[in-house]
Amino acid sequence: MANKSMQKNGLLLALFAIIATFLVLAVEALTADRIKQQLREQTLRSLNEIVAPELHDNDLYQSCRLLQADALGSSQPQPLYRAFVNQQPSALAAEIVAPNGYSGAIRLLVAIKPDGEVLGVRTLEHKETPGLGDKIETNKSDWIYSFAGKVVRSEEDDRWAVQRDGGMFDQFTGATITPRAVVQAVKRATLYLNEHSERLFTQALPQCQATAENNATEANYE
Amino acid sequence: MSEFKELTRQGLWENNPALVQLLGLCPLLAVTASVTNALGLGLATLFVLMGSNITVSLVRQWVPSEIRIPVFVMVIATFVTIIQLLMNAYVYELYQSLGIFIPLIVTNCAIIGRAEAYASKNPWQKAAFDGFMMGLGFALVLVLLGGMREVIGNGTLFDGAELLLGDWAAQLRIELFEVNYPLLLAILPPGAFIGLGFIIAGKNWIDAKRAAKAEKVEKTVTRARVTAES
Repeated sequence: MANKSMQKNGLLLALFAIIATFLVLAVEALTADRIKQQLREQTLRSLNEIVAPELHDNDLYQSCRLLQADALGSSQPQPLYRAFVNQQPSALAAEIVAPNGYSGAIRLLVAIKPDGEVLGVRTLEHKETPGLGDKIETNKSDWIYSFAGKVVRSEEDDRWAVQRDGGMFDQFTGATITPRAVVQAVKRATLYLNEHSERLFTQALPQCQATAENNATEANYE
Repeated sequence: MSEFKELTRQGLWENNPALVQLLGLCPLLAVTASVTNALGLGLATLFVLMGSNITVSLVRQWVPSEIRIPVFVMVIATFVTIIQLLMNAYVYELYQSLGIFIPLIVTNCAIIGRAEAYASKNPWQKAAFDGFMMGLGFALVLVLLGGMREVIGNGTLFDGAELLLGDWAAQLRIELFEVNYPLLLAILPPGAFIGLGFIIAGKNWIDAKRAAKAEKVEKTVTRARVTAES
């Protein structure tokens, strides 16, 4: 008897779980495109912030290419944006990942000049602790602006660390792991982009999917 | 009809989730640094509360009491996830500024509390109304606290309202006075505790006044019926 009611309860729970999953999946399917578009717009806003208009006369978003490199912090190909002025390379921007944040990966956007100077860094997505680690957002703190104008001299450049580790970047009170992860990721990516910048400006790389889609639907927007 | 009136009174005042039950304080304290954030989270909570109350009430005959809690949790989690996806899609910047506190609506005990205490025992219309009033009571306190903190901390009201309500709302922004340095105490969580303390004190003060008045009336009128005040 007890066995039977347990069976019935189990089935009932499973039924609820199935309905709930189905509902969430349905809403996710309905909102997926819109969410993707929002992310795209946000990336574009950040991109325009750190790569100033005078630094490019090409359409940055259309310049998006996929680049696969461990130095960018992800095993997935990451978007790379190439800026030109009068066909001359003027800036290189990439979406990178700091895999060792306090609560998982932090997605960042970093841009450098051809001479290796960092133009700026922005946080695209993170799950860091509110009030502590979230100072990597521009609307919470000015911290992320401190990357602008910095140069990574070499792999051994130990100024690229938080102050607690003897470097030149502030840590946050109560949150050292987050800025440490960001500084490391930016250093690694900047070094890579700088070393390979000549190749990266010219090399034929696969076009970003979102951009390709965008091209296809462009007529609708115009 | 009187039941609905009673629900209104309970949700907004007598049994207000934020002021009397003191439930859901984590998001309450964390996101009320501005009216816009407070309103955003308040509306999200209101929606989840109504949705979960209606659903729980509709399925209450089929859910044996042994498994009711997991079912409630599942229902609430589903609604929160749906709200989260919708906010991500349609009010992206607000979604970003509320951040982790949207998924944390799941842990707002006020919601499972209403599911257990009211929705699982009442027809769906009443449960919906109860959810609406409880949610409204919660949202009002959120907005009040958000307003207090925003005015004291930043000297503004409705800053960033366009993130929630669309571009027309940008003109809602009121700058009451210029602040060179935002008053951190008001903006940081301790300010929220202090502000909430004042609101609760205010409510208790009003209650005490009304009780004193009622007592006076009672003394003049011979033997008025005394309702048990819990």
